[in-house]
Amino acid sequence: MATELGPTPVKQPASGGTDLHHAPKGVGEDNRILSQGKWASWLLAPTIIALGIVIVYPIISAIVMSFQKDAGLDPVTGLFTEGGPAGIQNYVNWLGQQCAAQGGGTVACPPGTLGGQFWTATGTTFLFTVVTVAFETVLGFWMAMIMARTFKGRGLVRAAVLVPWAIPTAVTAQLWLFMFDFNGIINKLFNVSILWTGSEWPAKWAVIIADTWKTTPFMALLILAGLQMIPAEVYEAAKVDGATAWQRFRLITLPLVKPALMVAILFRTLDALRMFDLPYILTGGANNTTTLSILVINQIRQGFNSAAALSTITFIIIFLVAFIFVRFLGANVVEQSGASGKGKK
Amino acid sequence: MKTRFLLPAATAGILALSLTACGGGGGGGGTTGGGSDAGANLDSRGPITYVQGKDNSNVVRPLIEKWNAAHPDEKVTFKEQTDQADQQHDDLVQNFQAKNADYDVASVDVVWTAEFAAKGWLQPLKDNMAVDTKGMLEPTVEAGSYKGTLYAAPVSSDGGILYYRKDLVPEAPKTWDEMMGMCSIAKQNNIACYAGQFKQYEGLTVNASEAINSAGGSVLNSDGKPNLNTPEAEEGLNNLVEAFKNGNIPAEAITYQEEESRRAFQEGKLLFLRNWPYVYNLATTEGSSQVKDKLGMAALPGKSGPGASSLGGHSAAISVYSDHKATALDFVKFLVEEEQQKFFATQGSLAPVFGALYEDQELVAKLPYLPVLKTSIENAVPRPVTPFYPAVTQAIQENAYAALKGEKPAKDALSDMQKSIETAGAGS
Repeated sequence: MATELGPTPVKQPASGGTDLHHAPKGVGEDNRILSQGKWASWLLAPTIIALGIVIVYPIISAIVMSFQKDAGLDPVTGLFTEGGPAGIQNYVNWLGQQCAAQGGGTVACPPGTLGGQFWTATGTTFLFTVVTVAFETVLGFWMAMIMARTFKGRGLVRAAVLVPWAIPTAVTAQLWLFMFDFNGIINKLFNVSILWTGSEWPAKWAVIIADTWKTTPFMALLILAGLQMIPAEVYEAAKVDGATAWQRFRLITLPLVKPALMVAILFRTLDALRMFDLPYILTGGANNTTTLSILVINQIRQGFNSAAALSTITFIIIFLVAFIFVRFLGANVVEQSGASGKGKK
Repeated sequence: MKTRFLLPAATAGILALSLTACGGGGGGGGTTGGGSDAGANLDSRGPITYVQGKDNSNVVRPLIEKWNAAHPDEKVTFKEQTDQADQQHDDLVQNFQAKNADYDVASVDVVWTAEFAAKGWLQPLKDNMAVDTKGMLEPTVEAGSYKGTLYAAPVSSDGGILYYRKDLVPEAPKTWDEMMGMCSIAKQNNIACYAGQFKQYEGLTVNASEAINSAGGSVLNSDGKPNLNTPEAEEGLNNLVEAFKNGNIPAEAITYQEEESRRAFQEGKLLFLRNWPYVYNLATTEGSSQVKDKLGMAALPGKSGPGASSLGGHSAAISVYSDHKATALDFVKFLVEEEQQKFFATQGSLAPVFGALYEDQELVAKLPYLPVLKTSIENAVPRPVTPFYPAVTQAIQENAYAALKGEKPAKDALSDMQKSIETAGAGS
């Protein structure tokens, strides 16, 4: 509830439930709150306007653009002319993988067009998301469990673990590109000759390995924060009661760390659905490693309006995934636990 | 409490809506032919800005200083972009789209010229705004033109060169078949025979177009329509496909960009390499190079003579939105003058656009590849000149890649290329 205006001096009646401002109280106090609220909203207005300009406006503008045709070429002058309104044609084209045909109408997009890649790109994006997030969760959990223990040099380990996360993705991708080179260290080390970026599954694994390496630390630290919220007494009590290590993990650690874990998974999932740099640099999108984001970027160079439609579709897909997480899987990012925001459960 | 929020929230909302209304018109289309802008400010003089990608070898700054010293009232400011071609392209598009008057003169890659010209962003270089192209190599002028009008003055050029191991090959091959015949030499020496750039990226478009053009085919016909269902095009692409199949091109070449292929050659693992002129300097001076004294250079092999290289290079174009076009034109003319061309060549290893300079003793002493490069550029075919270049290169890359990997026969790949390019031109 972002609009809750900070600590007001009003004492809420113990019964609760009644609206704050209609509760009987002194007139002067009421005025003070009123002016305070007005003052606060004016203070907040610049932020709201800024957000409106940098977030709301581009989104709405993109949606408006997505209903326009891309510019076409005037055969006589050789100049581009505006496409005019397109209705939902751009969306229909993407979802049905249809491309413009000569002499009007549409045909199924032939191989070599961006339009023909929509569903494979969607599939690839989800494949990357599911596999990388699964790996990152398991490995991240394991790393967090180790880091949560007390041992010498723990601070150093925690800092060191962050290194992959701190390196810019483009740099990471370039490093992995060198390592996955045919004459690179990975082929040498395992004495194999795999064309990592030159065939479908090796290329996909290359992306997955590089992404897992990069973002597991993020997962680990978020989970570590969750682990540290669990009081040691709970474990001690369980030990006294004779719980085995596995029981302690399953019945204490997991349920108590779940809120933090779900938030971490949600963040990573949304991040992975937007994956761009790694496959773009490693493979350039070849060998079925084109993600939706790469497709959007490539399409921007061929026609803005159609790209706007695609990015709107991507936005909706990501939004749906986030919605499912928050609504059904209980990822609690929006609401505060406790009395203030008792939302749907 | 929400009611108190109404006022600012409403303000923001109205603001957003009004902005959107503007966006609908401006951002939504914005791609009209610039007929009116092209006629404005033709005689106006004043300070201008020159936009170009990263000036890695420090050639642009000294030239601009020289210009500024001579023209104190018409100073040029250098706006340096990143060194990534895609980002340079997108930056130019954004600024032209916004009709930004600050981008007076821009350095334009040969493959962007048609797109920018068709969007109406570039000042046609004709009549009062004409730039003299006499003495310039024909393909460079062709690459700066769209529909018969020059839109960008050629500043630097680039063409492919066949590097070979002169210690192993007595005489450079003139034709593709001759080169393939020499692959037995590679086998005897236990190295791979030929490589170019075959990863799925712009370099593959360059290599595939070269193969097609060298065999007598063409990607687009003179009307800009795709022309790929021809026996010549099939023969060209098949040359590469066959070479991959029989191992004359090593399998790992499917992951090669310029640098990977250069490294393989420099490490002595390749007999023949197709690459750009920049390799010469590195291969002869880098400490790790195994081929320092064994480097031979020749024009690309074709069907019965020199092959058709893809053309690289940059041109200087004047924005139609410039406020000082007379100055801009003078600056463009200054950039293509012989003296500046020489400086580009010696300081930045950029190939000149004037044919005569390739025989300049001083330059040839410094850049021994110039005579070979001249043959290469003279026989060069500009990469498909089309306003739909991004879609065309996508179609070539994806289908050529599939053919090289043996996923579909060259004939099918070409017919898919043809169809893809047709849908791009059909304009949705």
